[in-house]
Amino acid sequence: MNGHSKARLKVLLNWLAPFLGLLLVLVLFSLMPEVRDRFLRPANFKSVATQSVIVALGALGMTFIIISGGIDLSAASNIALSSVVVAYAVNAGAPPALGLAAGILCGGLVGFANGALITGLRLVPFIVTLGMMGIARGVAKWLAGNQKIDAPLTWINDLMAKSPRPSWLLLAPGVWLMIVFAVLMAFVLRRTVFGRHVFAVGSNEATARLCGLRTGRDKIAIYTLSGLFCGLAGVMEFARLTVGDPTVAVGLELDIIAAVVIGGGSLAGGEGSILGTLIGVFIMSFLRNGCTMMGWPNYVQEIIIGAIIVAAVGLDQVRHRRSG
Amino acid sequence: MSSPPSGDVLLRMEGVAKSYGATRALDGVGFELRRGEVHALLGENGAGKSTLVKILSGAVRPDAGRMTIAGEPYAPAGPADGKRRGVRMIYQELTLCPHLSVEENILLGKEPRRRGLVRSGEMRRRVREVLAFLRHPEIAPDAPVRTLSVGAKQLVEIARALADEARILVMDEPTSSLTLEDSEELFRIVGFLKERGVGVIYISHFLEEVRRVADGFTVLRDGLTAGAGRMADVGLEDVIAMMVGQDVKELFPRVPHAVAEPVLALDRFRGRGMAGEVDLVVRRGEILGVAGLIGSGRTETLRAVFGLDPVVRGGIAIGGVRFGAGRPWERIRQGLGLLSEDRQGEGLALSRSIADNATLSRLGPFSRGGVLALGRQREAVAALMDRVKVKGRRPSEPVAVLSGGNQQKIALARLLHQDADVFLLDEPTRGIDVLSKAQIYEWIGRLAARGKAVLFVSSYLPELLGVCDTIAVFHRGRVVDCRPASAWDGAGILQAAAVGRTGADRSGAEA
Repeated sequence: MNGHSKARLKVLLNWLAPFLGLLLVLVLFSLMPEVRDRFLRPANFKSVATQSVIVALGALGMTFIIISGGIDLSAASNIALSSVVVAYAVNAGAPPALGLAAGILCGGLVGFANGALITGLRLVPFIVTLGMMGIARGVAKWLAGNQKIDAPLTWINDLMAKSPRPSWLLLAPGVWLMIVFAVLMAFVLRRTVFGRHVFAVGSNEATARLCGLRTGRDKIAIYTLSGLFCGLAGVMEFARLTVGDPTVAVGLELDIIAAVVIGGGSLAGGEGSILGTLIGVFIMSFLRNGCTMMGWPNYVQEIIIGAIIVAAVGLDQVRHRRSG
Repeated sequence: MSSPPSGDVLLRMEGVAKSYGATRALDGVGFELRRGEVHALLGENGAGKSTLVKILSGAVRPDAGRMTIAGEPYAPAGPADGKRRGVRMIYQELTLCPHLSVEENILLGKEPRRRGLVRSGEMRRRVREVLAFLRHPEIAPDAPVRTLSVGAKQLVEIARALADEARILVMDEPTSSLTLEDSEELFRIVGFLKERGVGVIYISHFLEEVRRVADGFTVLRDGLTAGAGRMADVGLEDVIAMMVGQDVKELFPRVPHAVAEPVLALDRFRGRGMAGEVDLVVRRGEILGVAGLIGSGRTETLRAVFGLDPVVRGGIAIGGVRFGAGRPWERIRQGLGLLSEDRQGEGLALSRSIADNATLSRLGPFSRGGVLALGRQREAVAALMDRVKVKGRRPSEPVAVLSGGNQQKIALARLLHQDADVFLLDEPTRGIDVLSKAQIYEWIGRLAARGKAVLFVSSYLPELLGVCDTIAVFHRGRVVDCRPASAWDGAGILQAAAVGRTGADRSGAEA
């Protein structure tokens, strides 16, 4: 039927919209004679992918949180804290695997605390995670004695190597991890009972309760999951820097949130996708990369990315008003 | 109608009609209000009262009809227009800014000013004048409104309307949240308003109170004027008969069913926000209707039983087993299912698919180790949609694309899928089309025939009388009476709901 095919076209367009944005960015820089050759080279794509890993891992968890109608402002602090924990452990002589586990676990604990405070005290996620942003950052500095923690080089640092050690890997192990987890999380979101709960809580929490969902437990699970991803991102941060730096990633939570929102996530909850989020991450990464190549100053990037966030959400609104 | 001297008529509405989609909310209604008159606007929920009032205020534009205020044509383009012509509403939910002072609230948006500065002396003087007129000089103009009692807040609302030079004041259930003393005070104030020549349109379900304050009345039923006249010329029974109408019982398909053993029992049960305690027993195969005014504890009881609101005291027995307070997921396991009165706000997650909405309360059958079998979910939902007669839509479409009636059927389908034993239905037919209503009635009958227990809360008396085996009437947080439906009639229910059985004495019902 005509109505159906029209509806299907709309779905297709909604799905494609973030892709088109990414394509636009790619085409734009490909047309710039100054950078065209360097920009389109595989080596450049490789480095953009590696630069995207930390934001992307954080954004995977953030997608769950934003779909559930929440927000996590402590994500970047959590990443910094986790990276310090890894450095601390490795520096203290722990085997790298243990250090890695400690970093991820630390991230998970911070996330769990967020979720438990939000459900236990019935506080707004914005406030809880704003507080946690300061707490995690402070603990990171305390643990690191207010300076960088040097740690001996281990295989952890290979995770973010631009040219991976077994060269048949093509991409840094961190990039592969990002891809694997993205596929996994997309599956969790779309095809599992837990994923349905995430959407239901964000779409209408009252309905979720009415249907017997244990919304508190679901939220704790969501924030813990997101915390674990921040922990993993912290490990990657440590791998990249080779030191534990408690002052790293300041303001990165806004990049993470922006990626989710550009990718179609709604801060009102109930909407978002892993694929969209990843595209959001890459739109921002390629923009930064292109701008740097052009030799444009930092503030130009900031202005462009700011405009893109507003434009992406604005377009989304228009689309919704049409279909609603 | 005996026509008074036309200069005395403040508001006249003629042939006012309004449709929402296929529903005719108003079908050519006339209304007349005189200077210094308190005119009661009566009718059951859905009779068209609120539509009429919204048209008067300018919030809704009529499809047809004409209005005059003091003889001048009146066709408001919006609420602001209505206000300019002196039409003001006093709503149930007060619309004051709690953090601002009394005088700031009263003069909000019309502060006396000179060169951009507020003239606070002038402001104080005007506020004192209005408060003095209302015989309440003791209210401090600089007190923050949030520190006032509910009654005093309402007074501030009225003062604001007066400061606005209101000529027509609409009061919608003004006493529903007031104590008895505050209500008495309100009646006195309504008297002052009359002296000043203000016309008051008074909407209330408490018929005794209406009889005391109103001079004239208009009864609406199904979007038509069912009667009008002087309050003094008629008895309460006449008014009730006009509200209920006649001959409604045949419209309801009945499925034969037999009542068996009790399945849900409430013992001195009190939920949050309830004024009294409820004793109630629902049996297998029984359709138990629950009547009562809004705020009488019907919805509150259902929500507390289902664990959505806290239980203040009292016990619940399900299938003979006593339970304390429980949360919804526990109640669902114990065999309860609830249909919310607020379909859009709570009943459904509008942006999610039909399939998810219909199965969210029991995803287990489609899950293996937490992973969903989407194909099986789709098949099950398609079968459910067939069962509740939702046609022409696919399970994957968002539930928001459905009509109100079909949305409600999906909310009901969820309880079917959940395979509840006790169905708590809160206003299941509110705001939906007649065909869907009839389907829902039949479906409720079939549930009873399958040995399910149904608690059916409704404000629409004909459907309670037509569908239920037993009807319990709530009044101020307790059950006034619970009898077989055949032992009730519309007037009896309305009487019990409005005055708490004995009829004359509101204070007696309060105790």
